[in-house]
Amino acid sequence: MADHHLAQLNVARLRAPLDSPVLADFVALLPEVNALAESSPGYVWRLQDESGDATALRPFGADLIVNLTVWESPESLRGFVYRTAHLEPMRRRREWFVPLDQPHLVLWWIPAGHVPDLAEAADRLERLRRNGPSGEAFTLREPHPAPGALAA
Amino acid sequence: MSVEAIGALREPARRTVYEYVAAQADPVSRNQVAEAVGIGRTLAAFHLDKLTEAGLLEASSAPRTGGPGAGRPAKVYTRSAVEHAVSLPPRDYRLLAEVLAGAVERAGVEPAAYDAARERGRKLSGGELIPALESLGYEPFIDGSRTVRLRNCPFHALAQTHPGLVCGLSQALVEGLADGARTVRLDPGPTGCCVVIDSKNKND
Repeated sequence: MADHHLAQLNVARLRAPLDSPVLADFVALLPEVNALAESSPGYVWRLQDESGDATALRPFGADLIVNLTVWESPESLRGFVYRTAHLEPMRRRREWFVPLDQPHLVLWWIPAGHVPDLAEAADRLERLRRNGPSGEAFTLREPHPAPGALAA
Repeated sequence: MSVEAIGALREPARRTVYEYVAAQADPVSRNQVAEAVGIGRTLAAFHLDKLTEAGLLEASSAPRTGGPGAGRPAKVYTRSAVEHAVSLPPRDYRLLAEVLAGAVERAGVEPAAYDAARERGRKLSGGELIPALESLGYEPFIDGSRTVRLRNCPFHALAQTHPGLVCGLSQALVEGLADGARTVRLDPGPTGCCVVIDSKNKND
């Protein structure tokens, strides 16, 4: 069992309210995509409220939805994001979300068993935006090894 | 490195060996290659090892099937995932593509990029779909449910860094190539291109 897991936050700015026709396809895809994440190898945890997802939580602004998840490794996250039906909503994201002019996704290592919260996630996103990718806050394009692991 | 790798294909028999291995979905043994290409096993082994040295093929040990004491595991060969490109004088279209992909994402104009790709696909359409896909490097094959799948992503490196955008572009390009006659969708598996083409005509 690995000592560390990978936490992932991404934020997206809605083009229109979640209950509007513009977002209807996205909302319809959510349960399937969430179920897909949960059945993907290396999935550990995702933030959700009693509705089953995290779309009602808006810690960064009324039109910014968040997605906070934990994975065993960058490879497991990558496998889900790029190698499953999750790719289809990624392809279509511009129909639903306005581009942000700064990083919208951040990864960081956590001790296995730790459950990240939104304050911690916001801090990591802020570090990435301020300092660029580092061991404390990075992206899938420039992954950093887990603490204590040998650099690849 | 890439010049040497590509130079290793100058010998016609070796090139035939490479093309045979590259076209197989699974790793192949020396015997399979010798038989398919019509050369001796020793010569096949020689070319396979030269191609492996050059970085064009990858060698591994086949899982032993004969039970305990079945002897040394046979070597099997598959196409290397490493990309080789040579351009003289030097050109770097991948760097340019990465910059442009980043700009498209920043500006949020993915739909415009998909439209441009679809249009380009349409320009290339008109003939048979499979040879058209082959000429673009997709390596199509038809699976058990008569769906056309693509063994190779011609934009692999960029699809790694910008998957949503590049897979969307690729889908739109193929959609244009099929000229609206087929349903083209994303259905990613562990390897290969994520674009698939349904066998039925769209309006059936």
